[in-house]
Amino acid sequence: MELYGLTVHELQDKLRAGEVTAADVLASVYRRIAAVEDKVHAYITLMKETAAAQAAAADEALRRGEVRELTGIPIALKDICCTRGMTTTCGSRILGNFVPPYDATVVEKLRAAGAVFTGKANMDEFAMGSSTETSWFGVTRNPWDLERIPGGSSGGSAAAVAADECIAALGSDTGGSIRQPAALCGVVGMKPTYGRVSRFGLVAFASSLDQIGPFTKDVEDCAILMNVIAGYDPRESTSVNIEVPDYRSFLDRGVAGLRIGIPKEYFIAGIDPEVRASVEAAIAVLEKGGARCVEISLPHTEYCLAVYYIVAPAEASSNLARYDGVKYGFRAAEARDLMDMYKQSRSTGFGAEVKRRIIIGTYVLSSGYYDAYYKKASQVRALIRRDFDAAFQQCDVIATPTSPTAAFRIGERTDDPLQMYLSDILTISANLAGIPGISVPCGFTRDGLPIGLQFLAGHFQEGLLIQAGAAYEKLAATRDLIARYRREKMPLS
Amino acid sequence: MKITREEVAHVAHLARLTFREEEMDKFTSQLNDILLYMDKLNAVDTTGVEPMTHATVLHNAFREDEVKPSLPNEQSLANAPDPRGEFFRVPKVIE
Repeated sequence: MELYGLTVHELQDKLRAGEVTAADVLASVYRRIAAVEDKVHAYITLMKETAAAQAAAADEALRRGEVRELTGIPIALKDICCTRGMTTTCGSRILGNFVPPYDATVVEKLRAAGAVFTGKANMDEFAMGSSTETSWFGVTRNPWDLERIPGGSSGGSAAAVAADECIAALGSDTGGSIRQPAALCGVVGMKPTYGRVSRFGLVAFASSLDQIGPFTKDVEDCAILMNVIAGYDPRESTSVNIEVPDYRSFLDRGVAGLRIGIPKEYFIAGIDPEVRASVEAAIAVLEKGGARCVEISLPHTEYCLAVYYIVAPAEASSNLARYDGVKYGFRAAEARDLMDMYKQSRSTGFGAEVKRRIIIGTYVLSSGYYDAYYKKASQVRALIRRDFDAAFQQCDVIATPTSPTAAFRIGERTDDPLQMYLSDILTISANLAGIPGISVPCGFTRDGLPIGLQFLAGHFQEGLLIQAGAAYEKLAATRDLIARYRREKMPLS
Repeated sequence: MKITREEVAHVAHLARLTFREEEMDKFTSQLNDILLYMDKLNAVDTTGVEPMTHATVLHNAFREDEVKPSLPNEQSLANAPDPRGEFFRVPKVIE
């Protein structure tokens, strides 16, 4: 097998044994990028020169025997993570030429762990979208079917991992933006607990919901990346100072005796029958492995979407007020005066979906409507969190489909925002409640499109997600299944 | 109608955005659909429920008031669309 097709832990073994060099690994990944990137368009910016320098430094470190967690591993970064000296666009024209003077904390941590950055991955503009179609830099295509979307908003990161254009990637998840594209691209994606990973240097979308997390080819790699990026950061006032466990220690614990909650509200009409059947089969595999399934109820599930599309735009309208064409970013050339400059810069710099959400957010926060929308939504949000607190009295993890459908066609939902928002209906609750979630591949549709299984756990219980995810991956032999489908069905192979 | 064309225009001004005529019609109709969907929430009894504004129970995160290095002028101005000397230049504010 080509080096680009390997996992982080497989490459670590080869690098440490001296079988290959970091330069070999990087060259393999860049050969793959050269072969498929035209079709997939997973990246906004490639970082070839700095990557070569990082790989050389990794090889130097390996020669000295100074091996760290990610020495020589090529990783893609969603273009929402600030990278010192390297354009960070957030998928928007308004930040099209923005070069951050500092690194995000996660970027610093990956650098310190010896990672090599392949490039900045495509995304929906300001992470607002479920298909990566709102990017100013063009659509990313799903490696499993190039006529379909990869999911979003972290579609570039998910597609890059699925297409072997990197070994692992970082994304961000505000309403499902890691888990949904992971499901649709057949890779592993985790949204950690709110406060688990520092967001310093993450371009803000909805600050009470945003989290950074990894995309990987298997659950072991997810644990490896989580070990590097999790932890308290004094520069991020919402990061929480709780000890970070060794997530790898959860990999082999199995599911015997684990109580898995099945929320009836997540298996309703609107879930594609193939997705439903695949997830139910996955649950049966877990039961066979010794897990105990309990039916649970999350009674406020049907309100999650409405709450989210008030809270997230409200926070976004405030966060995005900073893009005014003064200190950085796009400025419209012809302006009569300051007010006109603001309006023209913002109206030209932002795309339609971002403007739609700014308007919704401004409206629900405006005087006269605040109580009816924002306050009401924040109250229902409290009830959603209570649902989860009660559910986790009865079970250790919750299992659901990640996305109601497999990947849809490019253009299918772009004219109907509400229909697009429904893509996130099963992932949004975790962000509202602040709990962690993971999506692991659990099968394919008849058309050969990946399906994802989502596990949710209580606050700071990422270890349980690694445990359940790794156990399922082993019991169902999903790595073999994916390898077979890659050979037989993936148009890029 | 949850929101009229005039209200959209007003909110757009508050948000410092402008729209072309044909955009306004499409936006108003889409926003109406979205706001109508939000009406679902009225079915939930939230009497006495404290609004949740953050996902963790974390409150004020204090730190020592120490002077630390900050971005030098040159770097602060590096991304500016129209820097002049040590300043960010903007179009005329007052007629």
